[in-house]
Amino acid sequence: MSVNEYLLIIVAGIFVNNFVLAQFLGICAFLGVSQKTETALGMGFAVIFVMGIASIATFAVDRYILVPLDLVYIRTIAFIVIIAGLVQLVEIIIKKLSPALYSALGIYLPLITTNCAVLGVAIVNVEIASYTLLAAFMNGIFSGVGFTLAMLLLAGIREKLRRSDVPEPFKGFPVTLAAASIMSMAFVAFAGMV
Amino acid sequence: MIKKNRLGYFTDGLVKSNPVFRLVLGTCPTLALTTAAMNGVYMGICTTFVLLCSNVLVSALRKIIPDKVRIPAFMLVIATFVTIVEMVLRKFLPDIYSLLGLYLPLIVVNCIILARAEAFASMNTILDSALDGLGMGLGFTLSLIVMGGIREFIGAGSIFGFAIPGFAEKAPAFFILPAGGFLVFGLLIAAVNWLSKKAEDKMKAKAASGVHAHENMTEMLEEAPQ
Repeated sequence: MSVNEYLLIIVAGIFVNNFVLAQFLGICAFLGVSQKTETALGMGFAVIFVMGIASIATFAVDRYILVPLDLVYIRTIAFIVIIAGLVQLVEIIIKKLSPALYSALGIYLPLITTNCAVLGVAIVNVEIASYTLLAAFMNGIFSGVGFTLAMLLLAGIREKLRRSDVPEPFKGFPVTLAAASIMSMAFVAFAGMV
Repeated sequence: MIKKNRLGYFTDGLVKSNPVFRLVLGTCPTLALTTAAMNGVYMGICTTFVLLCSNVLVSALRKIIPDKVRIPAFMLVIATFVTIVEMVLRKFLPDIYSLLGLYLPLIVVNCIILARAEAFASMNTILDSALDGLGMGLGFTLSLIVMGGIREFIGAGSIFGFAIPGFAEKAPAFFILPAGGFLVFGLLIAAVNWLSKKAEDKMKAKAASGVHAHENMTEMLEEAPQ
């Protein structure tokens, strides 16, 4: 793949095909962990990290084990087991190597197993035939960056929203979703780029 | 724990603790697939099947699965049933298979299913778990159809795929874009909040006036703000 194609993956991952605002993946985490910018950033880094590693692992397992052995039909099961195992492994390693990083990311890691963004990127990677291992890794990382960007923006808005007067039935999720709607509209502007 | 009748497990998921509008679970397929009402039917049926089967199997295995590995075990159970759905659809209904696309394998990480396995099926009998799974699944399906119906009607000017002449050409496509999905979802949750607040106030007023207080009243009041 040429440099241009890699550049395309980066722009598409962050802006055009933004996981949250254009593809509706990882909405639970997007709504659940976006109360404060700090926690949003923490969750964001954990997601980028796991999505990068999971992309490599699932892509390699799929292309070098499942496809040659004609076992593609257990892809879903294999991927979810790999991701759950990876998350557990990452948790143990971070805990051992860097207690500071663990206390920052630790609580988010178990949540990532059921974050559909991770499984989503793994499935998207293997379904695009022209992807190489490096392209899959970059798609994982930069889709994660897009996810983090969207979550960080929403967290910023929500911090301001707390000080505004919101009608009773709209408190909580409804007003957050309305804000997400406006953000999503802004991201439509990127649609023509790729 | 208050003993409830069996039917309660079933109806809870439909209205009172509706997975989409009250518990706000499973938001990804809710937003992504509600561009048309029929999508909601397909996705709802697939999810209900997986939810029912995983609830029954988790409940049957609840005394065997060790506590420490229960989450991975639940995930495996769920992934197995999702794979079955994928295989059946690919073979017999390839159109629906490609329509649901990425969101079909993603049923595995639909939080409703894991939440019901963890919070209900792992501590209740098989029959109760089956009723709970069916109720939650149908509640999910209904929510998707309602939201899909609204978005399809306003955004594409059609009802269940049948275009309304004169309106379909002028329909504002905003509502079938992602932005419209977020907005409609937010408005629907707000509407549900408002309606349930009104119902609650009414019940409180009734209980205060003491007119023929229903025997379940206090129980319902306690459970309402979930």
